[in-house]
Amino acid sequence: MHQTFDAALEINLLHANQEGADHNRAHFDAWGITCLNIMSSPGAGKTVLLEKTLAALNQTLKIAVIEGDMTTELDADRLRQYRVPVIAINTGRSCHLDSKMVAGGLHQLAHQYTPSDFNLVLVENVGNLVCPAEFEIGEHAKVALLSITEGEDKPLKYPVMFQAADCLLITKIDLAPHLEIDVNRIIANVRQMNPGVTIIPVSAKTGEGLTVWFDWLQSQIPSAEKIASKLPDLTSA
Amino acid sequence: MHETDMTKALILTVRNWWEAQPERPQISQVHLTVGQFTCVEPVSLQFAFEVQTRNTFLETAKLVIQETPLIAFCHHCQQEYRPEIGVQYACPDCRSPMEDIRSGRELKINRIEYCSDSAESYASNL
Ligand SMILES: Nc1nc2c(ncn2[C@@H]2O[C@H](COP(=O)(O)OP(=O)(O)OP(=O)(O)O)[C@@H](O)[C@H]2O)c(=O)[nH]1
Ligand SMILES: [Mg+2]
Ligand SMILES: [Zn+2]
Repeated sequence: MHQTFDAALEINLLHANQEGADHNRAHFDAWGITCLNIMSSPGAGKTVLLEKTLAALNQTLKIAVIEGDMTTELDADRLRQYRVPVIAINTGRSCHLDSKMVAGGLHQLAHQYTPSDFNLVLVENVGNLVCPAEFEIGEHAKVALLSITEGEDKPLKYPVMFQAADCLLITKIDLAPHLEIDVNRIIANVRQMNPGVTIIPVSAKTGEGLTVWFDWLQSQIPSAEKIASKLPDLTSA
Repeated sequence: MHETDMTKALILTVRNWWEAQPERPQISQVHLTVGQFTCVEPVSLQFAFEVQTRNTFLETAKLVIQETPLIAFCHHCQQEYRPEIGVQYACPDCRSPMEDIRSGRELKINRIEYCSDSAESYASNL
């Protein structure tokens, strides 16, 4: 007799990745590290932004980088000049970093250094506007980059990443005079789906907006001083 | 391309379930829900599933994908609306931004349909 049965699973398709991400985050938390997932389409300026960030904050913060360059060590080599640990993950043909790859990177970091010495891990994801947004890696916040050469409509067309971002950097703002682009339009398009996102127009070339970005970055790191400086507010309230 | 990875995860989950069944039943259908506000393309998922299940225990299984639309709730207007993906996400009536997504983010393995030919296993399921 041929009989059909049903088994209810009700399991998220990405549950394995999600568990891995939660595991990574638990490690970061135990080490006192803030992890940021930096995402954009190819060439929006992630590596250049990291270079500027390392150059400016390397003394103030203890930073390590996880580099999700697809096949080469090119980006990683650019960043090693700043004398910070750069863990390069060869993602092979994958179009995004997943939590397992990042866990591998964390193992390397823990093997070669003392993780609790660091307070910030910057992860450069694979250049791709679509997939990385769907795969958490254990980050505390998501940073998306959109260069003004990509057009005003990109947030509307690739909404998932922009909807999930905690901070959006509109990059290459120095090129604005040469383009027919309305930066306010970009901002309005993003705000339609993500009203709470911090939006910072920047230029790695002229330095415009970079200090605002550095301030935002530092605001993501819960430091002992900051916790202490909040105490008077609590008592006066 | 990420559909390949997702399909791997899907097959792994189904395999875990299957291996936990003493009678190793013949799976006929795998039911998924895929929201329209995700990065997943059902056609690519279907294709990856076909390729990856060849010559496996899922060879004859069919992947059934149910898509769910993007539905948001506008707190100002106190009503649901359907944002037009790629065009407009704010509330069409009051222009409030999309804040509360009620449907469209699902990526879920719902259920498995399987056959059992033997009277014995049929009896054990009664
Ligand atoms: N004019 C201008 N060019 C920039 C700026 N930032 C980056 N670029 C240029 O954009 C190109 C790509 O920059 P990268 O930093 O390599 O971009 P990426 O996002 O790391 O690229 P992938 O890792 O390949 O995805 C380089 O030629 C940079 O010089 C900027 O603020 N202004
Ligand atoms: Mg790069
Ligand atoms: Zn409304």
